[in-house]
Amino acid sequence: MTNIEKLNAAFVEALDLDPNESIRDSYSYGDPKWDSVAHMALVVSIEAQFDIMMETDDVIDLSSFGKGKEILAKYGINF
Amino acid sequence: MSVIDELFSSNPYSLSASRKNKLLVSELNELTSFHYSNCEPYNKILTNFGYKPKKRIKAIADFPFLPVRLFKTHKIQSIPDTEVLKVLTSSGTTSQVVSKIALNRETATYQVKALANIVTSFIGHKRYPMIIVDSDSILKNKSNLNARGAGLVGLSNFGRNHLYALDENMNLKKEELIAFAEKFGNEPVLIFGFTFMIWQYFLGECKKHGVNIKFPYGVLIHSGGWKKLIEISVSNKIFKSELSSYFWIDKIYNFYGMVEQVGSIYMECEHGYLHTPNYAEIIIRDYHDWSPLPHGKKGIIQTLSLLPRSYPGHSLLTEDIGHTVGTDNCRCGRKGTYFLVEGRIPKAEVRGCSDTHAESLTIFNQ
Repeated sequence: MTNIEKLNAAFVEALDLDPNESIRDSYSYGDPKWDSVAHMALVVSIEAQFDIMMETDDVIDLSSFGKGKEILAKYGINF
Repeated sequence: MSVIDELFSSNPYSLSASRKNKLLVSELNELTSFHYSNCEPYNKILTNFGYKPKKRIKAIADFPFLPVRLFKTHKIQSIPDTEVLKVLTSSGTTSQVVSKIALNRETATYQVKALANIVTSFIGHKRYPMIIVDSDSILKNKSNLNARGAGLVGLSNFGRNHLYALDENMNLKKEELIAFAEKFGNEPVLIFGFTFMIWQYFLGECKKHGVNIKFPYGVLIHSGGWKKLIEISVSNKIFKSELSSYFWIDKIYNFYGMVEQVGSIYMECEHGYLHTPNYAEIIIRDYHDWSPLPHGKKGIIQTLSLLPRSYPGHSLLTEDIGHTVGTDNCRCGRKGTYFLVEGRIPKAEVRGCSDTHAESLTIFNQ
């Protein structure tokens, strides 16, 4: 799997999204299915997918799919 | 970068009195005028109290305040319904009427960022394995989280490998807890829960069932009021010493906060005082004439916060009693006003608030 496929899979799994649709960068916290409770599941899913441990500030800053890519770059994961 | 975003990127207790005062007065003027223009009931109340939108308010103590219970009886928001991201409600354990607080994306984001700014200044930026002394069944109704659920979710951002220590009947998950302690007991762990739940269902049940777990590197954060514990004569001092001697946890932080101002919480420092962050302030008011009181004098707590953008909750009169201790000179080194909460207003004395409340009702019905 490429990194983008992994990130997509993490979102699909945590937020119960349609696996056949690719997620747009603009998909954001507050949009359907992404609420504060689902947010923790999303963090767990991303951490498992990339085998990383995110810092608190990154968990807080993870506000959209696009932002997720930016944050992951800090952990050496590039898109 | 907006003023508030700048505040979130610095230490939450960095501003000394004169700078903080200047910043708060300026921001609170903007907030007051914003809500005045966008929230009709608020506009009516302020008009009735003689607020002039073009006249700048010069001192923090001069900003108009709403009694918190107004949010229990009226829908008060400054945004159209289409912009409401979620509605927070109070837990409703002590009263049947609950507050309803409408949040938009901006306010919800500020709340999360403020909480992170404050909590990370105490525990650092790493996320530790976390025990949440509650049941995850409370998170089922996501779009309408109550204060308890919102608190749990908000604090869970600071941990990982979360263990909800109670089942839906408030029974301790003994096996899971023991397994958690075996796996993570020798490293920093974060424990969060509401004060009474920690005392009753965590400490109490562990003792009762002889669950012998230790967290020598643990940090415990708790909140939610002392009413029930005061009834059984458990003070903050007893709470701390009992938890510390049973679980070997030394770092125990209480915080004061409310659903009407989520995010700008008041954390207890190492010396036992509650601290106002850069973007919030406390004023103690006299029971009889609402005048602001000096340090050491007991009165009703007014809380001001720069976070509420979707509802006029930036200046609220609580139903709690307390006194300020000082400003900028706590031994812990944090700047800002520090204070103590002493309890709730007894029912018999609520008259003043009710009067204010009744008055506001009249305005609503005009």
